[in-house]
Amino acid sequence: MAMEEKLRRTMMFVPGNNPAMVKDAGIFGADSIMFDLEDAVSLSEKDAARYLVYEALQTVDYGRSELVVRINGLDTPFYRNDIKAMVKAGIDVIRLPKVETADMIRDLEGLVAEAEIEFGREIGTTHLMAAIESARGVVNANEIARSSERMIGIALSAEDYTTDMKTHRYPDGQELLYARNVILHAARAAGIAAFDTVFTDLNDEAGFKRETKLIHQLGFDGKSLINPRQIDMVNQVYQPLKKEIVTAQNVIAAIENAKQKGSGVISMNGQMVDRPVVLRAERVMRLAKANNLVDEEGNYIEK
Amino acid sequence: MEIKKTAIAGTLESSDVQIMLTQGTDGIVFDLVSDVVKQFDEAIKKTINQVLSEYDVQNVIVKVVDKGALDMVIKARTVAVVQRALDIVDEPKWEVL
Amino acid sequence: MTISFHHHFREGDYVFNIIMRSIIDHGYKNLTLAPSSLTNVMNDIVVEAIKKGVVTGITSSGMRGSLGDAVSHGILKNPVIFRSHGNRARAIESGDIKIDVAFLGVPNTDDMGNANGMDGVAAFGSLGYALIDAQYANTLVLITDNIKPYPNTPASIKQTQVDYIVQINEVGNPDKIGSGATRFTKDPKELKIAKMVNDVIVNSDYFKNDFSFQTGSGGAALAVTRFLRTTMIDKNIKAAFALGGITKPTVDLLNEGLVAKVMDVQDFDKGAAESMKDNPYQQEIDASWYADPANKGAMVDKLDVAILSALEIDTKFNVNVMSGSDGIIRGAIGGHQDAATAKLTIISAPLVRGRIATIVPEVTTVITPGDSIDVIVTEVGIAINPKRQDLMAQLKNVPGLPLYTIEALQEKAEKIVGTPKPLQFTDRVVAVAEYRDGTLIDVIKQVKE
Repeated sequence: MAMEEKLRRTMMFVPGNNPAMVKDAGIFGADSIMFDLEDAVSLSEKDAARYLVYEALQTVDYGRSELVVRINGLDTPFYRNDIKAMVKAGIDVIRLPKVETADMIRDLEGLVAEAEIEFGREIGTTHLMAAIESARGVVNANEIARSSERMIGIALSAEDYTTDMKTHRYPDGQELLYARNVILHAARAAGIAAFDTVFTDLNDEAGFKRETKLIHQLGFDGKSLINPRQIDMVNQVYQPLKKEIVTAQNVIAAIENAKQKGSGVISMNGQMVDRPVVLRAERVMRLAKANNLVDEEGNYIEK
Repeated sequence: MEIKKTAIAGTLESSDVQIMLTQGTDGIVFDLVSDVVKQFDEAIKKTINQVLSEYDVQNVIVKVVDKGALDMVIKARTVAVVQRALDIVDEPKWEVL
Repeated sequence: MTISFHHHFREGDYVFNIIMRSIIDHGYKNLTLAPSSLTNVMNDIVVEAIKKGVVTGITSSGMRGSLGDAVSHGILKNPVIFRSHGNRARAIESGDIKIDVAFLGVPNTDDMGNANGMDGVAAFGSLGYALIDAQYANTLVLITDNIKPYPNTPASIKQTQVDYIVQINEVGNPDKIGSGATRFTKDPKELKIAKMVNDVIVNSDYFKNDFSFQTGSGGAALAVTRFLRTTMIDKNIKAAFALGGITKPTVDLLNEGLVAKVMDVQDFDKGAAESMKDNPYQQEIDASWYADPANKGAMVDKLDVAILSALEIDTKFNVNVMSGSDGIIRGAIGGHQDAATAKLTIISAPLVRGRIATIVPEVTTVITPGDSIDVIVTEVGIAINPKRQDLMAQLKNVPGLPLYTIEALQEKAEKIVGTPKPLQFTDRVVAVAEYRDGTLIDVIKQVKE
């Protein structure tokens, strides 16, 4: 299940039946673009949205963004055709909403594999992720996260979840504390990404920042977003400090040094550098590069 | 194939195109309104014609109101409207995509 | 006979329609119309005046809507002459335009003609473009709804210039003169472009204490002003002056001490219009002082950074702000050619609008020559005029500012929208565009249906 580690700070929702938004989705630098065939599309337009996203995936240059589609749920008549169309389109990741059990992912996996064969795509290239939107989903998060080799992440979807929990969203997020931690642990234990829920009040920038800082502190990979304007704000929260970058640079220099000496033991300032430190240093440098804080060679850019 | 029912797909939003198909008897007849008609009328018709021919639709009245849609949008809307008009929404013709 | 008007009331103008109605009804013929510009609210009556032979010639900064459409279809006997604001001042001073009667609406005057634009129900701030008419017209008629006690100060137009004063009920609709409260754009694409424009400015060598800039109006321009403000505070940089058409965000920079002087030829919103009377550092300037290439020195000559828009840009960096991609006249030169003489001229424009490419192999009409354009900023990246290797060196390694050749941007745009059919024109010239020095830069031909 060892996926190459990707930055997934920002997963931007794009309504699947809106041509203006579908065609421009690539210009904002989101780490992942999530085309929505589900809630953003009315029942009578499900087919039209499916073909619009399909054609967009064939023609539009989305740069380096990872491309995700949220299909309609297992219990809908659109589920199977959504899967076929998106597999044929060569989507990177299919996101299944309202996942409550590992079996739901396995069902999806089977259909995806069939579609890969039908449309001549390499088996296993279509990845999956699950949105957890209920108490049952949270309780089963561990097995959902481990349900398939194709899984790249699980996401909390708070609107349905809080309704299921007989509460609603509050500014301080206490009502989500358990679900966030469960989902995060399930993801980390399975070696996949954890995505936090959307923040819907576009005018409450302070609230958005507070929530993003919280989920960054907890350890989430990133957040689902409803507007491109939120991308920069998330990236700023995930931006490493200068001293973190300097430390990371030193760690990486120490690795190089050890390699050149042919030594298996990496040491820095007389202390051994162990694996978690190396991993953290690599992640810091990836974030620094993504935030334009270092140049291609990894040198810090004074602003 | 024969058009089974009048169908419509797409919206009148900017960057979209609305296409309506009705039964015809006299080949493919276009009624095209577009913000970019001077530059792209032929391109728009060509894309729609291509999709119609892949579904083997030969007699149809095609009413198009284009709001500056890109070619890929025109193709997607045509696929949607043809499948609706042919009443095959639930069993799409995958090879056309 | 040549008559003139100003367009400072913009879409809230009542004066133009009242005067033109009277002129048409009196049966005058063969007039040349020489307003500073023509707004949509003037279109219907100009078309009527043309059809009745009242107006047979027009010189203006621009035109839009039904009038632009009618002219593009050949309604007018003589070709329209399009001139920039600076060029209009030059033409009036040199006698290329001889104004017989100027009809200037003002929101206040005393009974002798001491008037300004800053006060009254229909206040619009700077009288910049009208001051040239006031100075050079053979006969000057002021039209007002607000007679003040004598002597009225400050007097932008002075009693020494005024022949007649006509009082009417209302000179303008204050709600349509300028945009109301300034709202920053929420369009993510405009914001992205604005941020990149700001990155170009602040990473160039021109961004230093006492620099000067002109931003213009429109969503992206306002957003640039906001980003610029943040960077100026962060880097402790202050500007010597902001020039041209002014908005509230620019006045805010003045009030915060980030800009020392605002040199104001027109005001785009209420906030900017209202602050002029209370703010000695928001200086009203006339069109000649602003941008005339033939006087003894214009402010644009000292301008460091200009941010301008475009309908089309071609691979030679030529800019079209006049004719649409369908060949129909729908724009205005404004101060585009004038401000483009700045040391760093930035064109901010989306790569495509709908299915229309902004960056094209050849513009429909050349308005501002590519030689005066330095950087193009689109949402996907920037292109630098190869003549500016110095800027290339300053901007090539700025993170988040992808650098393309203009040809590459053009190809990207064409890949998105497809290849349009070439436009069809007849051989008849319906308009000529002058460069700011009065030389011909391009002609616009009648569209073929």
